[in-house]
This record gives sequence, C-alpha cells and structure tokens, in this order.
Amino acid sequence: MATNHIVDARAIHKHFGTLHVLKGVDLKVDERELVFIIGPSGSGKSTLLRCLNRLEDPSSGSIMVDGIDMLNPKTDINHARRRIGMVFQSFNLYPHMTALGNVTLALRNVAGKARAEAEVLGRAALERVGLADRADHTPGQLSGGQQQRVAIARSIALEPRVMLFDEPTSALDPELVGSVLEVMRGLRESGMTMIVVSHEMGFARNAADRVVFMDDGLIVEQGPPAAIFENPTHERTRAFIGQIQRH
Amino acid sequence: MIEAFFNIEIMKAAWPIVLTGLWNTILLSLIVVPLGLLGGLILALLASIRHPLVRWPLMAWVDFFRAFPPLVLLVLLFAGLPFAGLELGGFACVAIAFFLNTGSYYGEIFRAGIDSVPAGQVEAARSTGLTRMQAMRYVVLPQAVRNVMPDLLSNTLEVVKLTSLGSVVAVPELLYEARQAQSITYNPTPIVMAAVIYFLLLWPLVRLLSRLENRALAGRR
Ligand SMILES: Nc1ncnc2c1ncn2[C@@H]1O[C@H](COP(=O)(O)OP(=O)(O)OP(=O)(O)O)[C@@H](O)[C@H]1O
Ligand SMILES: [Mg+2]
Repeated sequence: MATNHIVDARAIHKHFGTLHVLKGVDLKVDERELVFIIGPSGSGKSTLLRCLNRLEDPSSGSIMVDGIDMLNPKTDINHARRRIGMVFQSFNLYPHMTALGNVTLALRNVAGKARAEAEVLGRAALERVGLADRADHTPGQLSGGQQQRVAIARSIALEPRVMLFDEPTSALDPELVGSVLEVMRGLRESGMTMIVVSHEMGFARNAADRVVFMDDGLIVEQGPPAAIFENPTHERTRAFIGQIQRH
Repeated sequence: MIEAFFNIEIMKAAWPIVLTGLWNTILLSLIVVPLGLLGGLILALLASIRHPLVRWPLMAWVDFFRAFPPLVLLVLLFAGLPFAGLELGGFACVAIAFFLNTGSYYGEIFRAGIDSVPAGQVEAARSTGLTRMQAMRYVVLPQAVRNVMPDLLSNTLEVVKLTSLGSVVAVPELLYEARQAQSITYNPTPIVMAAVIYFLLLWPLVRLLSRLENRALAGRR
C-alpha cells in the first residue's frame, strides 16, 4: 500500500471496557505538516495520539508511520518508537537524572551510542532548546518551562520523523508558555512533522497548517486555521470555538 | 549483682567466643540480607507482570511466607528436610528460611516502591523506544528504591535481629556463642556482652533510619 503521508491512520477505534472512545478516526499527515488537534475534554485527543505510538493499543484500524505498520505484531515497536517523539503535559522527566542524563538515556540504550557520542548529541539537543547551560541540573532545579524544553530535547535527540505533543503548555504558568512555544516554532521551521493537541489558539493560528476538531471520538471537521476559527461549518465546532475564545 | 552480670574476669575469658559469634552474625547478615533483597526484587518484578496467572500464585506465596512464623519455618526446614533426604545444616537452613520469609517482606516493599512511581515515567521511557525491562531498570527501580529506602532499611534492621534465630539450629552466631560461653562459665555476663554488641551493631542503623524518616517527612511537607 503506497502512501505519501508520513502518518496514515485509518478507521481507528478504541474501547476502554464498555467505553467507546475513538469511533473510527482517519488521520493523514504530510511530511513537514503541523496538524493541530482541538476538542472538548474527553473527546479522545490524547487517546488518538497515544494510539499513534502504541502507548495504547487501538481496538481496530490501521496505522502507518513513516512506512512502518505500527499494528503489525511483527513490527519491532521499540525501534519504531524511536522515530516518533512524544511530549507530555506533565513533562515526565526522570527526576533522578540530570537534564543531560534524561536526554542521553535512550540515545545510549535504544540508539546504541557510546557514552561520549551520546553526550555530544545530548548537549546539541539541549542547545537547540536553549538549555545548554542547564545540562547538569536535575528536573527539580528547573522551571516548568525549562523542564518541558528538556523533554522536547529528549525526543529530538533521537531524530524523530514525527513529534506528538499532548497539551505541552497546559501545566505551565502563563509566563512560561512562550518559551516552549518558541522552541516548537523553531522545530516547525526546521521542517519537523508535528501533531499538536493544545488550546493555544494564537499558536495554532500562525503556526498550524491544519486544525482538526474532534468531538465524542470523531473528527468533526478540519481545515486551515482561518477557516476553522472564523468559519466553522459545524455547530459543535462553532460552540467549542466560541467557548474557548471567551476564556 | 555486678559480679553476676558484669564480671570482668568472665568477660576476658568469654571474649574470644563472643567475638567468633559476632563475626558469624555479621557473616550471616551479609548473606541473608542480599539474599532477601534478591528474592524480594524477583518477586516485585514478577508482580509487575499484571497477568492473573502470575499474580495469584505470587500473592499466595508472599502471603504464606509473611504469615508463617520464621522460627517455625526454620525449625521445619532443619528438622523436616532430613526426612526428605536433604541434610543441609543450620547455616543453609537459615539462608533458605530467610530467603523465603524476608524475601517476601522485601518483595512487598519493592512492589510498593514500584507502584509509587507515576505511570507517566514508564510512558515517557517507552515512548523513546526503551523496552519494558530497560524502563524498569533505568527509570522505575532507581526511583522506587529511593522512595522506599526507609522501609528497606527498617526491614534490614529486623533481618539482622532475626539472625539470632540461627542459635536455635546451632548456627554459631552471636547469641549461640554467648550462650555457649554462659554454659561454660556458669555466669550470665556473656549474654550481657552479646546484648551490648547487638545494640552497638544496630544502633547506627537505627540512627540512619531516623534521619531518613525525618527527611522523608520533611520532603512530604
Ligand atoms: N486508560 C483509560 N482507561 C479508561 N478510560 C480511559 C482511559 N484513558 C482515557 N479514558 C477515557 O477516554 C475518554 C477520552 O479520553 P482522552 O484522554 O483521550 O480525552 P482528551 O480529549 O484528551 O481529553 P482532555 O482534553 O481532558 O485531555 C475519556 O472519557 C477518558 O475518561
Ligand atoms: Mg488529553
């Protein structure tokens, strides 16, 4: 099955017990595209992202990422995940390691780099997120914004083909949000393919190629940011956008 | 009174015997503590496989050996195994009993430690391609051990105390040797010596434990 999409997810269903959370989601993402996913709480945004790198197993459907069949039992999932970076709302840095230790762990144990090379690559990744001087700090010694940038460095150090962001700025104090968005903008300019779940509408407007609106386990509508924000065609989209713009 | 309990002459005479006992207690501790830790770690790692076929037998195992009095277990091994054609000797019986009993306690402590590490830690590790085992080794266990350090230490304290059970099956540890010396000298002074040595041996651990516990409390505030 030839496809020129770097992410090609089809008919994704996900059940948690009796709860039907994803009800047949199709998501195709082009290389270098930045796709923004919005939608009410509980609509399945996180679950969709987590299916893409198999942190959750979809109940049915097919997922191709960078030509790899993510749902084939023969696929080496750990190898595939190297190519899919993920950034979490709560950072999830390893608190017992330095920033550099966080970034080099997978470089050494997944990418198989020797310590010296891993450290060079790790420092370069920290440099890209503007934290070269914090390499020896532990997460506890860093601000939330700095922690999230280290988490981004931890992903980009592995040279992923796609990056998934699940509400990367939601846990941050407002004054720290900008520094993280700045780094994300830099990534975008470097050509990274990104799928971002977030409520940062300003960022969506000037950085996203496409906005996807999800509700109740389905993609309701999608399109360029201007179209979705100014002229949503569905009532549910209009209601949701009205709601968040009032905040 | 002083003649009976702190008899200097007897102390001098008993000292070599008691010293042998002390070394054996230390040696015994150096064997049973790592053995218990290893057993506990294995149990906790097995418990992290949340499959019912692993889980229920494991729970039964841990419950059984925690509920079973260690002294009874020890005597049972020592007196019972020869009938099964296994002549193991006191030392080996103590090692096995401790592996079973204290391993179960250590296991529960490790398990609590592993559970205390947020799921997001494993998710972050797995999302970078680390295997389940690598995530356990590099991300979860170091945090788990740190989180339950006071409990591990406190259990270790109990284990060292429990080595005195070895005296029941003729393992020449501190209490056993002190009683030997007592029966030779017809004087309780060697027992007092053993008591003082136990205290001196364990007291630094108790102090360390208090400091860790205070720090844990302060950290929680
Ligand atoms: N592991 C799980 N077990 C059971 N139910 C789950 C699990 N994860 C998510 N759910 C449920 O699935 C639904 C979708 O959750 P999901 O986290 O994907 O929503 P979301 O769109 O990301 O919401 P939010 O904006 O609040 O993050 C919710 O009803 C949630 O309670
Ligand atoms: Mg979510």
